[in-house]
Amino acid sequence: MSKEIIISVQNLMKKFGQFVANDDLSFEVYKGEIFGFLGANGAGKTTAIKILCGLSTPTSGKISVAGFDAYTQTNKIKHNIGYMSQKFSLYEDLTITENFRFYGGIYGLNKKQIQDKTKQLLERLKLEDAKDKIISSIPLGWKQKLAFSIAIMHDPKIVFLDEPTGGVDPITRRQFWELIYETAHQGITVFVTTHYMDEAEYCDRVSIMVDGKIIALNSPKNLKNEYQAKSMDEVFLKLTRN
Amino acid sequence: MQLFRSFVKKEFYHIFRDVRTLLILFGLPIALILIFGYVVTSEIKNAKIAILDHSKDKITTEITNKILSSGYFILSENLKSAKQIEEVFRQGEVREVIIFEPEFSKNLSKTGQANVQIITDASDANTANLILNYTRAIIQDYSMSLNKIPAQSIKIIPQTRMLYNEELKGVYMFVPGTMALILLLVSAMMTSISIAREKEMGTMEVMLVSPLKPLQIILGKVTPYFVLSFINAVTILLLGVFVFGMPVKGSLILLLGESMLFILLSLSLGILISTVSPNQQVAMFISMMALMLPTILLSGFIFPIENMPPLLQWISHIMPARWFITVLKNVMLKGTGLLFVWKESLIMIGMTVIFISMSVRKFKVRLE
Repeated sequence: MSKEIIISVQNLMKKFGQFVANDDLSFEVYKGEIFGFLGANGAGKTTAIKILCGLSTPTSGKISVAGFDAYTQTNKIKHNIGYMSQKFSLYEDLTITENFRFYGGIYGLNKKQIQDKTKQLLERLKLEDAKDKIISSIPLGWKQKLAFSIAIMHDPKIVFLDEPTGGVDPITRRQFWELIYETAHQGITVFVTTHYMDEAEYCDRVSIMVDGKIIALNSPKNLKNEYQAKSMDEVFLKLTRN
Repeated sequence: MQLFRSFVKKEFYHIFRDVRTLLILFGLPIALILIFGYVVTSEIKNAKIAILDHSKDKITTEITNKILSSGYFILSENLKSAKQIEEVFRQGEVREVIIFEPEFSKNLSKTGQANVQIITDASDANTANLILNYTRAIIQDYSMSLNKIPAQSIKIIPQTRMLYNEELKGVYMFVPGTMALILLLVSAMMTSISIAREKEMGTMEVMLVSPLKPLQIILGKVTPYFVLSFINAVTILLLGVFVFGMPVKGSLILLLGESMLFILLSLSLGILISTVSPNQQVAMFISMMALMLPTILLSGFIFPIENMPPLLQWISHIMPARWFITVLKNVMLKGTGLLFVWKESLIMIGMTVIFISMSVRKFKVRLE
């Protein structure tokens, strides 16, 4: 794997008044890797993601995403990232094609690009026949994959997945991770937060956040060795209990 | 621009695929205006009247008979003195008192003129107006029939007074009032709900992460509602003019301009509501409780502001609809120009600016 740095975070601090949400975070994410961002609820994951996506300004620290500065170039950052959340964020009353058209449109793709991308992504999901179905009528697993496809429709350098597998059955989750692998192979960096520790095993590297600090960052294999644990689940419990 | 187009297109899909939205947008305005319209123009039957006849001669008796046989009126009682007038009105049954002056026939034959006074209970302005017009018409009819016999002109002059609401404000209130109400409903409620829905569905999050700027999101959201509200305004005006004979004495361009201003005001209010509501229910609730009810009650739509207690009169100043209704009335009924409604227009512009700056601030706070 190449070691080209795509996200660089140095001494990131984010304070809300007295409350420190992100306390001196420093980490790097490499191009094309699947980077797991783990932590209990309230550990500061969402705050960090918001900063990386250009939605929120850091209090201090040096942050660069896809080569752009998180203070001054948030708009360039936004053009180069994709985002998908647990809510899937598709319009329920629009058809699959219309959703593609809308999201392609707001990323500035032209008609031809949107048509080509829609065709290509639907072929990959084998959903060409369903392209005129209204979103509210299709199963949850499809929605999840569609939301992911839409998030990478504009060929971003990085795609942020915020708990993308919430409420989805294990088989669909497995299929979804295959999609993630495929995407990473194409060179798109995947930055993913999750609650499921078995999913953490699929990541190239994992960071674990507790109370606003990153207390561990390594590949799942190394982490398991280091903490003498059989699974990531155990690693997580050992780390968060102390 | 292409970005903006795909946004607006999507918004129209939302609107045209939701039956409830469509009904509120197009069904409600027409239904409301027809209901209010026909309440106002409905016929009067069996209205109770009292008569105070100071002369009790042949002509007054004939007039009385003619009025009572018309089918519109029922004689409640014959009064004996003017003191009783106030009393019968207070009891609430009697809608109108007709008073013939003393020596009615004599005056008529001597001078060709006689006076009859008609007093109506105008606390219900619309009914009072109708009753008055019916009575007047009957008396006129009678005086015409007198004229046919002798060559000289004989005049019976009805002198009318509308008690409790002397200038009869409120007769043509329903068109301006309904228009204000509907524009507020469509613009403020529908926008706030549709923005709240984006939040609820998580699509707002995705749009915020996208290169779209907050201002573009807001503009994309409100443009379709601006267009549809304007269509509504025009529909209501057309209905008002052609179905109910509402006059448009002033400049049509000014009227449409003021309507656009009020639509903008309502839209900015809707955006403000959406920034404080986490979901559709809250947005709807706030729109209903904080907008609809006060607008109906306090804007002068149904109850004249002049008759309100001072505190409520004061509160009515912050009702956006109050100013719009005043403008509509001035332009449509009195035919006044911008020179006379600049104050109201400025207040509406001021409100719009305040609401928009408040929402932009809220929007930013939420992003943090």
